[in-house]
Amino acid sequence: MQVLIPSPLVSYTRRKNVEARGSTLGEMLLDLERQFPGIRFRMIDEQDRVRPHMRIFVNGEQEFSLKRPLNPEDEISIVQALSGG
Amino acid sequence: MTMKKAAKKAAPRSKGVAVLVSTRKGAWIYASDSSRRKWAVNGPHFLGHTVHHMVLDLRDGKTLLAAASTGHLGPTIFRSTDFGKSWKEAQKPPAFPKVSEGENGRSVKHTFWLTPCHANEPDAWYAGTSPQGLFRSNDGGVTWEPLPGVNDNTTMRPWFGTEQDGTPDGPKLHSIIVDPRDKNHLYFGMSGGGVHESLDQGKTWTPLIDGMEVVEGFGFDIANPMFHDPHCVRMCPSNPDRLYQQNHCGIYRIDRPARKWTRIGRAMPKSVGDVGFPMVVHPRDENTCWVFPMDGSGVWPRTSPDGKPAVFVTRNGGKTWQRQDKGMPREQAWWTVKRQAMCADSRDPVGLYFGNTQGELWMSRDEGKKWECIARNLPHIYALETAEI
Repeated sequence: MQVLIPSPLVSYTRRKNVEARGSTLGEMLLDLERQFPGIRFRMIDEQDRVRPHMRIFVNGEQEFSLKRPLNPEDEISIVQALSGG
Repeated sequence: MTMKKAAKKAAPRSKGVAVLVSTRKGAWIYASDSSRRKWAVNGPHFLGHTVHHMVLDLRDGKTLLAAASTGHLGPTIFRSTDFGKSWKEAQKPPAFPKVSEGENGRSVKHTFWLTPCHANEPDAWYAGTSPQGLFRSNDGGVTWEPLPGVNDNTTMRPWFGTEQDGTPDGPKLHSIIVDPRDKNHLYFGMSGGGVHESLDQGKTWTPLIDGMEVVEGFGFDIANPMFHDPHCVRMCPSNPDRLYQQNHCGIYRIDRPARKWTRIGRAMPKSVGDVGFPMVVHPRDENTCWVFPMDGSGVWPRTSPDGKPAVFVTRNGGKTWQRQDKGMPREQAWWTVKRQAMCADSRDPVGLYFGNTQGELWMSRDEGKKWECIARNLPHIYALETAEI
């Protein structure tokens, strides 16, 4: 599936659009970590919570559960939320 | 993530001092000539990252660790083995263990403090985090493991308080000190949560808070570490049995094996008080230390009292204090200097350095007699460290 990467994480991926696999959001994030070591912990904390100023959208809907099932045709957007100055 | 950045200006060729500057928006390295009169800047490193602490490993003279996070991204540690020419991210940054589903586990918001372990433990480091946690790396900062003696300590846990009990950007474990005579002998401070000592390399800890005062008028139990807020604790290199402490409630000294702190800040001028954040000790004289007082009255402005910044020095272990402000603004300078943002070098006479939240870097080549600004317009300065280069 296609994953849109926000600018603060492009230093890991070197591009804004990447491909990743997984039948759940959690599996997709592990695949991103396999491809781009270190990227997952910048978005997801050690308790598997999405960090406060990061947001993940699946087909335009905001999602917080890593158990959310995914299909290969889903479009994922990882977005930086507002975080002050 | 690997970050490569060429130095924007080469450091002077002669042997000098490097000042490692950590700020809210990145890190810089200022390198001097041998006289400490000319300074070259190298940076920014990690522009946009909040860098809480950048420390050189004096055991090898080339490994730098930097604790970084951003407004959006989680915390990490960057590591350089070529004094900042290139950086590589830790493979496993400090993180608390994952708890079972349904439990409310803690997560590291940022790493706040970095300390190399004992000289006989090459590549080993300690890290203190917000919220309060203690971590250790045995591979030069590549991977980090939580230390259960603190992080899983059910006695200590209530002393951490909630996140609302800590400093405005989160409660912190700081001032990690390793006794140069004994790798098993450690200290740290928590804001809040008191000062603690371990004699078994961090497996068990004992509070060391006798003599420390708490905020008056609220009925706080002075025997409960939760109500104690050490801002910065330093051990004297020339006498590891002597520690100085800048606390939310005054300036203290302790001479081990005594277990009671003495409030030496009572001798400060009443108009200035003895509240502040940093504490700096002389590299060779156990009777000399420096503080940077803050206004702790009313709503706690945490700025220089009366808008007149000054360093204060004691040369007799806290019996008397002298004001050192030559070269600083005489009025209308509302500076804040954070707990990690003041330090000394090891030269003779000692060089002193501080950075304020306005982004100015100041130094003295003569142990505080005269001061000059060596950099302006940096971001809000969080921490300074020095190194011989």
